[in-house]
Amino acid sequence: MPAIRHPKDFVAGLIFLGFGIAAIVLSSTYPLGTAARMGPGYFPRILGILLIVLGLALALRALRLQGGPLPQWKWRPTLVVITSVVLFGLVVTHAGLVFSTIGLIVLSSAASTEFRAKEALISGVLLAALAVGVFVIGLKLQLPIWPWTSGILPWSS
Amino acid sequence: MDLLNHLALGFGVALTPVNLLYALIGSLVGTLIGVLPGIGPVATIAMLLPTTYGLQPVSALIMLAGIYYGAQYGGSTTSILLNMPGETSSAVTCLDGHQMALKGQAGAALAIAALGSFFAGCIATVFVATVAIPLSELALKFGPAEYCSLMILGLIGAVVLAHGSLLKAIAMIVLGLLLGIVGTDVNSGMARFAFGIPELTDGIGIVSVAMGLFGFAEIITNLEGSQKRELVTSKVSSLWLTKDQFRQAWPAVLRGTGLGSVLGLLPGGGAMLASFGSYALEKKVAKDPSRFGRGAIQGVAGPESANNAGAQTSFIPLLTLGIPENAVMALMVGAMTIHNIQPGPQVMTSNPQLFWGLVTSMWLGNLMLVVLNLPLIGIWIKLLQVPYRVLYPAILLFCAIGVYTISNASFDVSQTAAFGVLGVLFVKLECEPAPLLLGFVLGPMMEENLRRALLLSRGDPTVFVTRPLSLAMLLAAVLLLVLIVLPNLRKKREEVFEESET
Repeated sequence: MPAIRHPKDFVAGLIFLGFGIAAIVLSSTYPLGTAARMGPGYFPRILGILLIVLGLALALRALRLQGGPLPQWKWRPTLVVITSVVLFGLVVTHAGLVFSTIGLIVLSSAASTEFRAKEALISGVLLAALAVGVFVIGLKLQLPIWPWTSGILPWSS
Repeated sequence: MDLLNHLALGFGVALTPVNLLYALIGSLVGTLIGVLPGIGPVATIAMLLPTTYGLQPVSALIMLAGIYYGAQYGGSTTSILLNMPGETSSAVTCLDGHQMALKGQAGAALAIAALGSFFAGCIATVFVATVAIPLSELALKFGPAEYCSLMILGLIGAVVLAHGSLLKAIAMIVLGLLLGIVGTDVNSGMARFAFGIPELTDGIGIVSVAMGLFGFAEIITNLEGSQKRELVTSKVSSLWLTKDQFRQAWPAVLRGTGLGSVLGLLPGGGAMLASFGSYALEKKVAKDPSRFGRGAIQGVAGPESANNAGAQTSFIPLLTLGIPENAVMALMVGAMTIHNIQPGPQVMTSNPQLFWGLVTSMWLGNLMLVVLNLPLIGIWIKLLQVPYRVLYPAILLFCAIGVYTISNASFDVSQTAAFGVLGVLFVKLECEPAPLLLGFVLGPMMEENLRRALLLSRGDPTVFVTRPLSLAMLLAAVLLLVLIVLPNLRKKREEVFEESET
């Protein structure tokens, strides 16, 4: 078996190949139509074929070209940043902008190696005030400020 | 005289207090994010796009445009004082700008960057105004076949002029096109690639794609590395140039403006290409090229003028042909669509206030920037002292609020996060995200025009080569590809882009 000399290109090629195959498989149920009257499946299939060809070319070329090794993926920043943002999106209508903001700031700060809890908390409180001022009062966006103004607690309406 | 009438109309719109305010906000926000490393105009425009729903379309576009050219002003400040590009388009400014700062000439470097940018902004505004009319008249002659070929030419041009592997960039475009057609097909009403998720039947939002790939991915990759940075000087004395410096700098400003204006027009062009190209040119025409990298003022004056000129002229293809040529313009398409404006040659005739208002606002914005920027340097320096560990959570917050409020849906936030992970993966594999975003915007347009072209020709694919304009554009695309594969030019292209790394 030939050696993979350019791992980055090889993996990228496989990813494009995967997307191409997925496009073909998923669009196989969409009507193809003819060139003159294209169905919804026509263009996706062209793109799928193109991606497969390009992905294969990249992966095969990686056997010949020389390239550096795959870089490390430190999981902590990705995991912490993504989790904190997704959580914010899930809770903001219920918990209100203030608590969601503080939560997002404190949690996402932990992605840094220089995390300082007190500093993050202060920053969260200040940014919560700023966010309320700019987005709710200034731009009048439809965001609840507090949990008891969000309509999920029994005594709020 | 027509031009004067048009400009008068434009100033009538741009000089209203509301629009002046939005030009100011846009320029200031642009400068701010330009100064801050780790967030660029693409992520910022994506972040602010939802807040423009309630505005007049022209105010919205004026503000968003201000962010792009404002970022060119701000980026130079960070390059000079921190030896770290605030924006990619200011990367080359680090080379000589920071050297000047080390020699105690930070003030002169900052001054020439701002003045050069202003000069370039003035010229580029006039350039946009004069080129726009003939180009849009040409574009009105285009049928669907021509549009298809134009898009192919634009996309190929975008990858040829971008740096990195050509093959990967083309694959990224195709992936972008594919992501662009997710959602309900306009012709048949069929939901494609929606996996039964109702939010996906409306298609993937451009804000999610841009913010994930550019904003989140950048923050995450920054966090993986070291976050130390050192400010060279917190005190900038005398923000002015000596006579000698002025004499050395002005020809470079002229050359940078000219080159930047032209490079901004090209597909894939814009601020970044302009600044890299200008640095290479300055080095070539200099009597003593060895001075470059050791604090040559031309190495700041040229690229900083060029990137501002390029930022502005890159609006021309968008406004006249409806084709975005870089990631920022792709987002401008998104902004126009939100306000029910179809970008293209008809904008100028059907909506002249919008068109000329936007063009003239660029000049006004530049004026505000040069007046405000030099006195505000002190504030920007303070801002640069805020550590990244405090800064990035705030950026994340504004991103999250921005994307959530598009339609008050947590789905959008999760979708953006998913694109963030994909973006990190692309960074690791050295796949540039900009071509994907271009493809994403052009996907539906391309399918529609391909459909119509083939419907009109009754399924005959030769329509693309039998119509002369279409053939010419396809030939140009092929020529570009051939040129880039030739070893000679390939080397040159790498040299231009590696300038910043050496």
